[in-house]
Amino acid sequence: MPVSSFASSLDMARFLPELILTIAGTLLMVLDPVIHKRSSSLFGHLSILALLAGIGGALYGYAHRGPAFGGLLMVDGFATFFTVLVMVVGILTVLPSYKFLQREDAETSEFHALLLFSVAGQCIMASANELIVIFIGLEISSIASYVMAGYLRDDKRANEAALKYFLLGSFATAFFLYGVALIYGATGTINLSAVRAVILGPNAPAPVFIGVAAAIMFVGLAFKVSAAPFQIWAPDVYQGAPTPVSAFLSAGPKAAAFAVFLRIFMTAFEPIAGGWVPLVWICALLSMTVGNFAALLQTNVKRMLAYSSIAHAGYVLVALTAQSEVGTAAAMFYLAGYAFMNVGAFAVVSHLSGRGEKYQDIESFKGLAQKQPLTAAMLTIFLLSLIGVPLTGGFFGKFYIFKAALESHLVWLTVLGLLNSAVAAYYYLRILVMMYMHEPGEAVRDIEPLTPSLGLALILPAIGTLFLGIFPGWVLDFAGKSSNLLK
Amino acid sequence: MLDTVLFYIFAVMVLLGGILTITRRSAVHSAISLIVSLLGVAGLYLLQQAEFLFAVQIVLYVGGIMLLFLFVIMLVNLDLAAKERQFNRQWLVALAAVAAMGAEIGYFLYRGKDAFHIAEGAAGAVASALGNTEQIGDSLFSEYLLPFEIASLLLLVAVVGSVVMAKKRI
Repeated sequence: MPVSSFASSLDMARFLPELILTIAGTLLMVLDPVIHKRSSSLFGHLSILALLAGIGGALYGYAHRGPAFGGLLMVDGFATFFTVLVMVVGILTVLPSYKFLQREDAETSEFHALLLFSVAGQCIMASANELIVIFIGLEISSIASYVMAGYLRDDKRANEAALKYFLLGSFATAFFLYGVALIYGATGTINLSAVRAVILGPNAPAPVFIGVAAAIMFVGLAFKVSAAPFQIWAPDVYQGAPTPVSAFLSAGPKAAAFAVFLRIFMTAFEPIAGGWVPLVWICALLSMTVGNFAALLQTNVKRMLAYSSIAHAGYVLVALTAQSEVGTAAAMFYLAGYAFMNVGAFAVVSHLSGRGEKYQDIESFKGLAQKQPLTAAMLTIFLLSLIGVPLTGGFFGKFYIFKAALESHLVWLTVLGLLNSAVAAYYYLRILVMMYMHEPGEAVRDIEPLTPSLGLALILPAIGTLFLGIFPGWVLDFAGKSSNLLK
Repeated sequence: MLDTVLFYIFAVMVLLGGILTITRRSAVHSAISLIVSLLGVAGLYLLQQAEFLFAVQIVLYVGGIMLLFLFVIMLVNLDLAAKERQFNRQWLVALAAVAAMGAEIGYFLYRGKDAFHIAEGAAGAVASALGNTEQIGDSLFSEYLLPFEIASLLLLVAVVGSVVMAKKRI
C-alpha cells in the first residue's frame, strides 16, 4: 500500500487551516530570538496574519469539501463554520492582548504560538469524524489553554486558575477517553459513521454499554462546555486567567467542544436519542438556572461573565435537546453570536481593569459613559445582545433556539428558558446603570485612552453582533444548509 | 498449562506491587514496588501476543517514566512528608466504593464471559498472519497517519507549555 494514497493533495487542501496555524505557531517561536525588541507587537501582527490566512485556507478547503485521510476528517459546511468561528475568536483574542501584554510587560512569542496551537486543535475538533482524532484535537486545544490561563505566573489568581483548570480538565478528558474505549470495545470501531452503522446494524451491542459510553463522554464534554453540574471550575478560571485569555476560553474551546458535542450526539448516538435527551434536558435547565441565579450575586465582572457563560451553554444545550437539524442550525447561529458579544464584553473589561487587573468590580464601570462614550456604547451593544434584545445577534440566537425547541415539543424547557433570560436581564442591566447613571469612579478616572488595536477589538465584535441581529438570514442559511451532518 | 502458571505469576506481581506501592511509607520503596507491578503488566501483554505493547511497556513505563519518578523523588525532599499521616480517613466513601466495585466484580464472575459484549472487529483483528508489531506499524503509518502526526503537535504544545511555566522570566 503506498502511503501517498492516505495523504493526497486533496486531503492536504482539506487540512489546510490546521497546517497554516501549526507552521505559523512554530515560525513565531523560531523568530523570537531574532527579534530583539521585546516590546515589539510583531508577534501579534503575525498571528493575526496567520489566522486570516487560516480562514482563507478553511474557505479553500470548503471549496474542495469532502472526507479527508480516509474519513478521519470530514470537511463539510458544519466543520468550516466552526473552523472559521474559532479563528475569528482567535483574532478577537489577539487584538485586546496587544495592550494587555504590553501593560503587564509579558510580551513573548509563546503566548501567540500557544494561542495558534490551541486554535489549530479546535479546528481539528471541528472537522474530526473519528473519536481518536477528536480526542487529540481536544487535548491540543486544552493543554494550550491551561498554559495560557496561567500565563502570568507571578499572579496568585492566575496560578490558581491554571491549576484548577488543568486538574479538573485532565479529569474530564480522562472521562471522555474512557467513553471512547468503551465504544471501541463494544462496536469495534471509533469512526462516528461506522459506530452509528453498528448500533443500527443486526449485531448491535447491548444498549447498556453504548448508553454508559455515551453518558461518560457526555460528562467529559459537558465539563468542556461548562454546563451544570460540571461548571464549578469556570468562575475561578475565568476570574484568575488574564482577561483576553478568559475571553478566548469562554468562546473558542467552548464552540469547538459544542461542535464535537453536536457531531457525536447527532450522528453516532442519534439512534439512542431516547436515552440521552432527558439527560441533556436536565443539564440544559440546570445550566441556565445555576448560571443566571449565581450571576445575580456576583460583584466581580469576570465572575459574573463566567456565570453568564454557563447560562449561555445551557441555552445551546436546549438546541441540542431539540435533536433536529433546525436545532443544530440554531446552536451554530447562537454560538457565533455568543462568541462576538462575549469576547467583546471581555475586551471592555480588559481595557478598564488597568495594570495588574485591579479594577474588576462592577463598581468600576461607574461613569464610563462620560469619560469614554465609545467604549460604553460598544459595551451596551454587547450587554443588550447578551440579554437578547432585538436588533442584536443574541436576540435571534435565542429566538431560533426556542423556536427549534418548540418545534420538538419541548414546551416546558422553552418556558423555563425564557423565564431564565428575564432573570439574566437584571445583572446585565446593572452594568448599564453603573455606566450611564453614575459619576466617574476611580477606575474610570485611571482609564487609558483607546489604542487602535483595542478600538478594533471593540468595534469588530460590535459590528458582528449587529450584523447577526439585523441580517441573521445570511449566517442562518449557511448553518441550515450545513446542519445536515453526514450519518 | 504453562500459560496459566505464567498468568498467575504475573497477576501476583501486578497485585502485590500495587498493594506495596500504596502502603509503603518511603517514596522510593513505593516507586520500586510500582516497577514490579508494571513489569507484571508487561508480562500479561506478552501472554496476549502483544509483543509491541510489551516492549513499549518496559521501555517507556519501567525505563523512562519510572526513572523520572525516582529522579523527582530524590530531588524533592520527602522526609517531612513521610512522617505525616498518609491516609485521609474517609471510611464511609471508601466502603461505598469497595462495595460497589465488589458488586460489579461479583456480577461479572457470575455472568462469565457473556457479561461484556466485545465486538467481532476488535477481537478478530488479532488473528492474522502478520505479527502484532507489523500490524500496529501498518495501521499507524497508513490508516491512522493523521492522528499519529498530530500527536506530535500535542507533544510540541506540551513541551512549549512546560517551558513557559518553568521559565524564570516571562
